[in-house]
Amino acid sequence: MPVKSSTEPKKSLRQVIAEHNSDPGALLDILRDAQEIHGYLSAAVMEEIADELDIPVSRVYGVATFYTLLATKPKGEHIIRVCESPPCHIRGAVNILETLKEVLGVNPGETTEDKKFTLELTSCLGVCGVAPAMMIGDQVYGNLTPERVKEILKTYA
Amino acid sequence: MKSLDELAKIRDEARKKMEIRAGESGEKTKIIVGMGTCGIAAGARETMGAVLQELEKRNLDNVLVTQTGCVGLCEQEPILEVEIPGQPRISYGKVSAEKARQIIARHVVNGNIIGEWVINR
Amino acid sequence: MSYFRAHVLVCAGTPCMLKGAGAVKDALCREIERAGLQEEVRVVETGCLGPCDDGPVIVVYPEGVMYSKLKPEEMSRIVQQHLLKGRVVEDLVYRAEKEKAKPVVSLEEQGYLDRQYRIVLRNCGRIDPDSIEEYIANGGYEALGKALTTMTPEQVVATVKDSGLRGRGGAGFPTGLKWSFTAPIAADQKYIICNADEGEPGTFKDRLILEGDPHSIIEAMAIAGYAVGADQGIVYIRGEYHLSIERLQRAAARARELGLLGKDIFGTGFNFDLQIRTGAGAYVCGEETALIESLEGKRGEPRLKPPYPGVAGLWGKPTVVNNVETLANIPPIILKGAEWFRGIGTEKTPGTKVFTMLGDITNQGLIEVPMGITLREVIYGVGGGIPNGRGFKLAQTGGTSGGCLPKEFLDLPMDYDSLAEAGSALGSGALLVIDDSHCIVDVLRSFMKFFQHESCGQCTPCREGTARLYQLFSDLAAGKAGQDAVQLIKELCQTMQLSSLCGLGQSAPNGVVTALQYFEEEIQKHVAGECPAGVCRISMGSRAV
Repeated sequence: MPVKSSTEPKKSLRQVIAEHNSDPGALLDILRDAQEIHGYLSAAVMEEIADELDIPVSRVYGVATFYTLLATKPKGEHIIRVCESPPCHIRGAVNILETLKEVLGVNPGETTEDKKFTLELTSCLGVCGVAPAMMIGDQVYGNLTPERVKEILKTYA
Repeated sequence: MKSLDELAKIRDEARKKMEIRAGESGEKTKIIVGMGTCGIAAGARETMGAVLQELEKRNLDNVLVTQTGCVGLCEQEPILEVEIPGQPRISYGKVSAEKARQIIARHVVNGNIIGEWVINR
Repeated sequence: MSYFRAHVLVCAGTPCMLKGAGAVKDALCREIERAGLQEEVRVVETGCLGPCDDGPVIVVYPEGVMYSKLKPEEMSRIVQQHLLKGRVVEDLVYRAEKEKAKPVVSLEEQGYLDRQYRIVLRNCGRIDPDSIEEYIANGGYEALGKALTTMTPEQVVATVKDSGLRGRGGAGFPTGLKWSFTAPIAADQKYIICNADEGEPGTFKDRLILEGDPHSIIEAMAIAGYAVGADQGIVYIRGEYHLSIERLQRAAARARELGLLGKDIFGTGFNFDLQIRTGAGAYVCGEETALIESLEGKRGEPRLKPPYPGVAGLWGKPTVVNNVETLANIPPIILKGAEWFRGIGTEKTPGTKVFTMLGDITNQGLIEVPMGITLREVIYGVGGGIPNGRGFKLAQTGGTSGGCLPKEFLDLPMDYDSLAEAGSALGSGALLVIDDSHCIVDVLRSFMKFFQHESCGQCTPCREGTARLYQLFSDLAAGKAGQDAVQLIKELCQTMQLSSLCGLGQSAPNGVVTALQYFEEEIQKHVAGECPAGVCRISMGSRAV
C-alpha cells in the first residue's frame, strides 16, 4: 500500500510557502505542511507564515487552533486518537480510554514523559462496524479490548 | 479518451480479462481480501500478508490475489473470499492470519470449504 | 522401485509435530509391520496439510481420506480397518471432509445482497478499487460518455431533476434543482465540490464509496461539471480518511492517463479536472459554507445564507456542493434514465438509501435499501435483530443530531419526510440501535459530549447550550441534578433550536427533545437519584471522563 513517501527530503517552510504562491487561501495546506516539517506549530512558525503571507498572526493562530489535526503544542512521536462518538461509546470505548490512561499514565490532551505518545480524543473515525476504535498515527485499529490495546501499544514500544 | 468506441474497447478487454479471472475460460483461483479501512483496522493487512506468504511457501502461482473495498459487512472483517473456477464465490468472515493459512490449505488446495467460517446471513 | 498399493501421508508440519505427529507415525509404522503390510503401504512425511487446529493429521491414498486429531493408539484401527479391509474409519475422518455434505452457499445465494438494492454500492466490495479497467468493465464512464456525446447540459440537468434525486448528505435538497440554480449563471469560473468531509458519528458510507469505488465519484463530478458549466472539481475529504485519499488520488491519476479527466474529454471539447483537498479535523466543515471557508484557508465557520453557494460559493464563484452518496447516484441515472430511478423508493423520495447499522444490532455494517423501508424491516430483517436476547429500546436515525425513536415507531417508513414528522431525520443514514440495557441519560450525555466538542463556537446558543446540556446530563448521571433540571433542559433545547446560526446548533437538541417525549419518566427518576437501567448508579464517578 503506497503511503506518502517519507524518503523525500523535507522542504523548508519558505519553499512550501513559495509552492503555494504565498496565497493566503492555501493557509490550511501551508499549516499542515509546516506541522509536517516542525512537528507542531510554534509561535515562531506561525509568525513566519503570517509575515510571508502578509496576513495578521491572529488569523494564522485562529485557523491553527480551529482544527483538531493541527497542533500548537509539541506532541509525542505517536498520536493516539480514541474515538469517543456514541457508536463507540455504546460498544465500550470508556474501557479503552481507561486502559490507555492507565498504561500511558496520561490524560487526554497530554503527552507521555518520554515524548513517545500523545493521547487525544477524536470524533467518529468512520469505522463504527469494528467499534470501539482508535488511530495511532495513520493506522486505524478496531474491535478493541483492553487486552488488544495493551498488545498494540507493545508494538510501538 | 477521444470517443465512446475507445471506451467500449477498454471495457470489452477488461471484461475478457475479468472473465478469465472469474474462471469461465481460465484456470485461476481468485482470493479476494477486503481492504477497506474497517478491514485493515480489524487486521486485513496481516491476513493479506499471511495469504501471500502461504501461497509463496506452497508455490501456488496459479492463484490470483486481489483486493476490494468494503462490502458493508464490517462486523465480519477481515473478510476473505475464495473464487474457484466454476464454483460460487465463498466469503469467509473474521479471517485472522492463521485462518487465512488454513483456508488456503483446506479450501484452495484441498477444495474443502470450511463451513463454520463462512459468513452466514 | 517397488510398487505400493497405498500411501499414507503423515503431516510433519510444526503444529502437527507439536501435537504428537512423531509418535503417531511411529505407531503407524509399527502397526503396518505387524499387519505385514510394509511391502504394500508406504508411509511418507509431508509438509503441512493445512488443518493445523486438528493435528496430527494423515491422508490415506489412493482414496485421499484425511484423518485428524489422531492418537498413536488409534493407528491399529486405521491399519486394520482401512489399509487391510478398505473400510474408512468414519469417526476419525477429518471434519472438513464431512462439511462437504453441509450446504455452504455464497453471499449471493444466501440472498444477503438480494434483500438490498445496490445502486450507490454497485461496485463496492465487488471490484478492485485501484483498477480503472474493472470499473470500466462494469459500465464505468459510459454515463459520462453518453452525457457528453448525446446530451446537452440542459438535458443532463433536466434528467437529474426529473429523477427526483435528493441530496444524501442529510438535508435532502433536490439535486437537480441545486444544479439548475448554478447552470444558467454566466461566470468565468464555476466549481463542483464533492463534500466528503464525513464526520457524523456512526456514518461511514462516503468512506466506503470512496475506498471501494472512487471512479464513480470522479465520473459523477465530471458529469455535474458538464451540466452546470464547471471545469474544476474539488473533493474535500476528511483528513483522517487516509485510505480514501490515497485511492482517490490514484484513481484520478489513472483517469487522467486515459483522458477521462483533462482536456477535450471524448473529443467533445469539454475540459474537466479535479483536485483533492483534505480537511484538518472539524466536524462543522461538513456544512457546505463552512467547508468552503475551510477551502479558502479560514476557520471553518458557517456563512450566513443567502447568498447560497450555488450563486456565490468558493472564492465568490457559483459552486455546486454535492455529497459523495448523491454523486454516486448520478452515473446510473444518466445511463438508465429518470423514469427508472423514480420506480425505486417512494414517490417523494425516489431511489435508495445507504444505512449504517450500528449499536445493538446483530448484523452491523452498511446496507443499501429502497427509500421508505420501515425501521422494523431494517432492524429485524436485514439487520438480523437485536443480539443477546435484549429488547429494543430506541433507534436513533440520522446521526447524533437525529431523534430517539421508541418502539412505537418501528413501522415508520424511512424517508426524509416521515422521519422529519416523527421529530427525527434521515440525515446521513446512520442508524444507531440501542437495547434496553442502556440508560437514556447515559446515552444523551454521550450525544451532548459530542456536540460540546464539535460546536465551532461562533454563535452563543450553540456554544453555551451544548456545554450546559452536557453538564446537566452529567449531573443527572451523577445523581446531582436539581429539581428543575428537566425544565432547564427543555428551555435550553428550545432556545438552541430557534436561535442557533447553523444546522449544527439547531439540530443538536433533537435527540434530547424526542427522548423527553418518550423517556421523560426515566430521566425524571435520575433527579431522585435513581437509574432504572442501573447504568449510571453502577459506574457513577468512573464514567465522568
